[in-house]
Amino acid sequence: MKEKKLMTRRRAIFAGFTSVGALLLSGCLKKALPTYGNILRMGDNLTYMAQRGILSQRALAMEYQKSDITSFPVTDIGDPADPASKVAYSKAYQELQRNNFKDWVLSVEGSVGKPGKYSMDDLKKLGERTQITRHTCEEGWSAIAEWTGVPLGALLQHAGILPAARFVCIYGYDNYGESIDMLDAFHPQTILAHTMNGETLPARNGAPLRLRVETQIGYKNVKYLQRIVVTDKFVDAGPDISNGWSWYTGI
Amino acid sequence: MGDIQHKRWVKGAHFIITLSFLALTVSGYVILMSHPRLYWGKAGNDLTPALFELPISRNYHHGGWENRIQFKHLTGSQISAVRTYDIFNQNGWGRSTHFLAAWFLVVAGLIYFITGFFSGHFRSNLVPRTKELGFKLFWHDLLSHFRKPVYTGGKYGLLQKITYLAVIFFLFPVVILTGFTMSPAITASYPFLLKIFFGHQSARTIHFFSASALLLFLLVHVVMVARSGFKRNILAITFGK
Repeated sequence: MKEKKLMTRRRAIFAGFTSVGALLLSGCLKKALPTYGNILRMGDNLTYMAQRGILSQRALAMEYQKSDITSFPVTDIGDPADPASKVAYSKAYQELQRNNFKDWVLSVEGSVGKPGKYSMDDLKKLGERTQITRHTCEEGWSAIAEWTGVPLGALLQHAGILPAARFVCIYGYDNYGESIDMLDAFHPQTILAHTMNGETLPARNGAPLRLRVETQIGYKNVKYLQRIVVTDKFVDAGPDISNGWSWYTGI
Repeated sequence: MGDIQHKRWVKGAHFIITLSFLALTVSGYVILMSHPRLYWGKAGNDLTPALFELPISRNYHHGGWENRIQFKHLTGSQISAVRTYDIFNQNGWGRSTHFLAAWFLVVAGLIYFITGFFSGHFRSNLVPRTKELGFKLFWHDLLSHFRKPVYTGGKYGLLQKITYLAVIFFLFPVVILTGFTMSPAITASYPFLLKIFFGHQSARTIHFFSASALLLFLLVHVVMVARSGFKRNILAITFGK
C-alpha cells in the first residue's frame, strides 16, 4: 500500500518537473547564443537562459542612499591618454582630452535608421537618470557610487533602432569593448554616465562618457566611449569568450 | 543490526553533490585568490577597511594608488584612485567552473530535497526520535565517536543525525542563497536576499564561512567513514547493494 502511494507521488513530481522544464526550454531556446563551444561556455549559456527565462527583466538593481557611497578603485587595461600604455593608448583620445573633450562625439552605427554622431549636448537632450548603485567586480570587491547619465534605450530609440536588432556593441577609446543583449540595453538603469558623485566624470573613471549596466558584473561597463554598433547577429565585442571570460555576467 | 540500505536516488544525489562540491571548493578558492579580503556590509574594496585578509595569494599585493580624486560633493572622505599593480586573476575559468558546478549542486540538491521530503527519508532516517533526545544519550553518543571501534549500527546515531540535518537544512541552503546574493541580476529580481544577508559583502563573507564549515564537515565525515569501515561505507553509498 505504502509502496503504491510512493510511486504516484514520485510520478506526480516527475511529471511536474518535466512540464516545468518543457515550458522553460521552449521559452529559452530562442535566446541561446550561437558561439558556445566548450563545456564551461555551455554552463554560462545555461545561466544566461535561466536568468532570462526566470528573472524579471525590468526589475531594478538595488539603489542605495547617498550615505552608502564608498571609495572607488579604478581597474582597467590602461590610460588611453598615456602613450606609455601599450594596450590602451589612443592618439585620438589623447588629443580629445587635451581639448577637454570639446570635439568628442559618440558614433551610433549598425542596425539603426539614422546612424550618426552625437555630441555631449545632443546626448544630454535625450534624457537623464541619476542612480546610486553598486559596482560588482568579478574579483569579489564592490563599490557604491552615484551616476548620472543618458538612458541607453533613449539613445537607441532616437537613432531609430531597427526591428531585427538583437545586440548592442559598445566600444571605448582604450581598445576595450563589450556587447549586451536588448533586454540589458533597454533596462531602465542601463545608462551612459557623464557624471559621477555629482562631478563631471573623472578622467580614469571613463571620461567623458561610460556605460553602466547595473544588472551585470563590473567588466561589462565600458569606459571612454567611442562608438556604439547595433547588430542583428551576436558579436562578441570584447572579445570576452576567446579571452576565456563569460560573455553574460548576470551572476 | 544490518547496514544501512541507501536508496538509489540517495546514492545518485550523494555522488553528484560530492563531485560538484569538490569542483566548487577548488574554483571557489581560485576566485578567492584574486581578492582574499573579506568585508561586512553593503560594499567593500581595497580602499575601504576589511574585516580580515587571508594570506592565500602571492600575487595579491596592496600596491600603490595613483590619480587620487576626492569628491567635492560628498560629505565623507570617499576617493577614487587607480590601482598601480597587477593581481593574480584566473577568474575567467574559475567563475565559469564555479557556476557550472553550482548548477549540478542546485539541481541534484533540489531533487534530493523534494524526494527526501515526500518519500519520508528525512522523517524516518534523519529526524531524531523523541526517546533519543536527552543530554545523557547525546553525551554518550559524542564520546562513542572517539572510541575504537566506532559504533556501526544499521541506523544513524544522534550526533550523526543532527549533523546531517544541519548540513542539509542549514549550511547548503545558506551557501547557495549567499551565492545568489552576489549576483547582480538575481538580486535585482529578489532584493530581499541583500536584506537578509546584510548586503553584498556580508553575503560574500557568510558564503566563505558556510563553505568553510561544509569543508570541515567533509573532513570529519571522511574520517568517520574511514573509522567505521571505509570499504563497507563507500560501497553502501555508491555501487554496493
